[in-house]
Amino acid sequence: MKRLEALVAHVLLVTASAFAVYPLLWVITLALSPAGPGAEARLLPIVSAPSLDNFRTVVGWNQSGESWLFAHQLMNSLVVSLATAFVAIAVATPAAYALARFPFVGAKGGLRALLATQMFPTVASAVPLYLLLDALHLLDSRAGLVLVYASTAVPFAIFQLRGSFLAIPVDIEEAAMVDGASRARAFFLVVLPAARPAIAVTALFAFMSAWNEFILAATLLSRKTAYTLPVVIQSYVQEQSTAWGPFAAGAILVSVPVMALFYVAQRQLVSGLTQGGVKG
Amino acid sequence: MFARSLAALALVVATLLLSSAAHAEEHVVLWHSYRGDEERALASVVHTFEVRHPGVSVEVLTIPFEAYAAKIQAAVPHGNGPDLFIQAHQWIGAYLAEHLVEPVGAAFPDEDVAAFDAVAVKAVTHEGARYGVPLANKCVALYVNEDLVESDHATLEELTRAAAPRLPAGGYPLAYSADNSYYHAPFLHAFGGRLVDDAGTFAFDGPEAASSLAFVRSLMAHGTIPEEPSGALVKELFVSGRAAAVIDGPWLMADLGAHVKVRYRVTPLPKLAATGLLLRPLLTVEAVFETRAGAARPIVAELGRWLGSAEAGLTRAREGQQVVPRPALWADPSLASLANLRAFARAASSAEPMSTASGMQAAWEPANQALKKVLRGDQEPEAALQEARHRWEDATRPLPPRASPTPLLVLLGAGCLALAFVLVTRARDPRFRREVRASLPAYAYVTHAALVVLALVVFPLAAGALTSLFAGTREAPRYVGLANYVGIVTARGGALLGHGSFYLTLLVTVLWTAVNVFFHVSIGLVLGLALSRPTLRLRAFYRVLLILPWAVPSYVTALAWKGMFQRQFGAVNALLRLLGAEPVSWFSHFSTAFAANVATNVWLGFPFMMVVVLGALTSIPKDVLEAADVDGATRGQRFRLVTLPLLGPVLLPAVVLGAVWTFNMFNVVFLVSGGEPDGTTDILVSEAYRWAFTRDNQYGYAAAYAVLIFLLLAGGSRFFGRRLTAEGAA
Repeated sequence: MKRLEALVAHVLLVTASAFAVYPLLWVITLALSPAGPGAEARLLPIVSAPSLDNFRTVVGWNQSGESWLFAHQLMNSLVVSLATAFVAIAVATPAAYALARFPFVGAKGGLRALLATQMFPTVASAVPLYLLLDALHLLDSRAGLVLVYASTAVPFAIFQLRGSFLAIPVDIEEAAMVDGASRARAFFLVVLPAARPAIAVTALFAFMSAWNEFILAATLLSRKTAYTLPVVIQSYVQEQSTAWGPFAAGAILVSVPVMALFYVAQRQLVSGLTQGGVKG
Repeated sequence: MFARSLAALALVVATLLLSSAAHAEEHVVLWHSYRGDEERALASVVHTFEVRHPGVSVEVLTIPFEAYAAKIQAAVPHGNGPDLFIQAHQWIGAYLAEHLVEPVGAAFPDEDVAAFDAVAVKAVTHEGARYGVPLANKCVALYVNEDLVESDHATLEELTRAAAPRLPAGGYPLAYSADNSYYHAPFLHAFGGRLVDDAGTFAFDGPEAASSLAFVRSLMAHGTIPEEPSGALVKELFVSGRAAAVIDGPWLMADLGAHVKVRYRVTPLPKLAATGLLLRPLLTVEAVFETRAGAARPIVAELGRWLGSAEAGLTRAREGQQVVPRPALWADPSLASLANLRAFARAASSAEPMSTASGMQAAWEPANQALKKVLRGDQEPEAALQEARHRWEDATRPLPPRASPTPLLVLLGAGCLALAFVLVTRARDPRFRREVRASLPAYAYVTHAALVVLALVVFPLAAGALTSLFAGTREAPRYVGLANYVGIVTARGGALLGHGSFYLTLLVTVLWTAVNVFFHVSIGLVLGLALSRPTLRLRAFYRVLLILPWAVPSYVTALAWKGMFQRQFGAVNALLRLLGAEPVSWFSHFSTAFAANVATNVWLGFPFMMVVVLGALTSIPKDVLEAADVDGATRGQRFRLVTLPLLGPVLLPAVVLGAVWTFNMFNVVFLVSGGEPDGTTDILVSEAYRWAFTRDNQYGYAAAYAVLIFLLLAGGSRFFGRRLTAEGAA
């Protein structure tokens, strides 16, 4: 019985993994073919003459100074996305905790308003944001971009974290407080560790929202050295033609750090499982 | 003695002054969206300018094409824009309406005019003033495979006839993006038609246009040109020697680069034997524009003039493969080897400059839809074109009349009074005061979040919502009250469930959301549960594979999916053929196009839900599950009675937000089906986007769409989720 179940699980996961990976093989094919993919009706993406030229083009291997620029832009992306995740979590966690634990005036309305912000489509909201950052003198700075990204990630983060705080039994922090801990101490030492998996998911989400964004980044930043990677990659798309090879190669390069990050973050997800959650 | 020291002092002062003048950095900012060779050539030309003008530094910034127009419109009016920017000439009309550009004056003086291609000069001239220095001509020409077609032919028909016998199996005599009006324009012109007339009115109708459509349809029916011909497919057919000739612009040459083995030459488009007229392509002139800030500075004009000069032009042609619109330049011996580029220069001089009128911008969408419908065989040319004209007229109809702002102000005033009244009465209520006092500690936790969200999320949205009461350009907005809303809600006077009406689009959107959320949640749940089995081998491996769709940027993967659904060469149809089924033309029917969108979006979205499920599963105390086991619950019971109820509240916010995001998921629809067929797979937000960006820049109308979407979602979530939101999301 157990064996059969495991088999079913494996079959399921292999199928799903194939579904997940297959379209990416086409992206990889594009990235590895300097002359583009062949136009044949093929099932399996096969590269006839694989070459790393497209990757070299993106990284700027052949031109002096350009690789340095690429490294700089990669750094920008990393700094901006990590800062976004950090700021979003730092802002959202206390708010989510308060919304989960304290019945205060305006809590319900606040939550509803927060949900409402997610319902408004952001067609052409770049211009008001631009004006705002201009007024705050945060235009063309990493800080400004981080603030914008973090604030868009905050509503989701609050919902997600509030849900997980609600699932944590109140008894454990009350027990800590009975033992003489202040509420803040109980929050930091008892509640936060218990909510670690949810915080990891939320941080990953905030990171991703910043990592792949290019419209706002291109609108708000005006120096090459301040650009994030998606802005650079997106400039391979022109009005009439797209340089598919470098575009795909860039996309792959951009996703490598995310995979690494997820690999690290998933330990957080697992640890919660194996430790038996919040037994305390 | 005194006189000498005075003289010395004067000398020192003079030297200081002079040197400071020499070092006074003049900073010039130039924006463009070039890539590759063109970008490098521009950088080299700018560098030469800097060397010759010590003390002047030029900052050159590449901006992705997608963000270019928006960035210029955001930055220039607020003085953060560049001094100069490079853009296609057809934007002049729109930029003048928003006062973003100034006449270039000294950058393009009268004495320079004679040296430029007359067509290019005409393109950058608006009401007698020149608004740009022409840098490069872009138009399509004919790429001929020299192994398949040896000599030049006077007409297109002769060429395709000569090529046919030598083609390999599955080859085409001609390939081009036939379902794109830009590429159809040469055929239209050869039949004596036009896309828009001199006044900027839609002119893609009448017998000439209909015959041009019928002609191309017969080309497709006879297998002279391929079906669903995307730019990438055209390129691949040509590269692999399976297209004797393709119609494309100079960008293809840059794209082919050095890797290509096929021997080819470029010639201007020939005549069409069917009419005896030349296939005249549309011409885009890339020019350097000056903003107001730039126009005030002589050094900026000097740079603009330099960029267009013969010397700089030579470098841009040689290194950047640009079709420089200076006829005399092409006699230069250093360009002798660039025969193909010269052919483009010849092609440009007989091309038709694209109209700068705003009606041109609004013409693309209806024209493309008509073209696609006729080529798919859905509609006869006359009927399709008539419909296209109606759609263009509808999109460009005059602005609603100016409304009086009094009702709004009265309403606002009354609202403020009512709010103040409520606040005052509550503040006097001792119980409420007690509650507020009790809430004070909680406010310490939420204030910063509230501030950040208020400033950076709510404020821009509110500003957007306010736009919905206006019509016209940003520069000269006109308050029109609720006219935009009335227009949407009454389906602009058309049938309530007619093409592109708010209600029909709403139905599609609801269906879209329901189907996607169902798949996201069920797949995420199943995979999350499967992955949470602690005894499972290869768990970490699966987890990383399954997260991949989320990790790779969707703007690339969505396009990969679109390619997989291509009719002739897509992988999905290859699979169908393998299974013995007929290949499907995915984007010609609503159901299949919708399914393609859903497949893409499910693929993009399930990893997120899976991760959320994984995170949520950790919050279920293990002892509860163990207790259930002890009580003799089966696995099914345990899942249904213990796991699911405990998972619910933690998953709910993600599901609710996921539904809201899917409702507004614009990327996938835009990139995969693009609304095909005929705009039927568009959802509300992609419709809003079209009003904002492709139909005459009607931001107010688009904002009204956004507000309606917001109201629908807010109402819907209250209606469906009273109980749910009470527990979970709100």
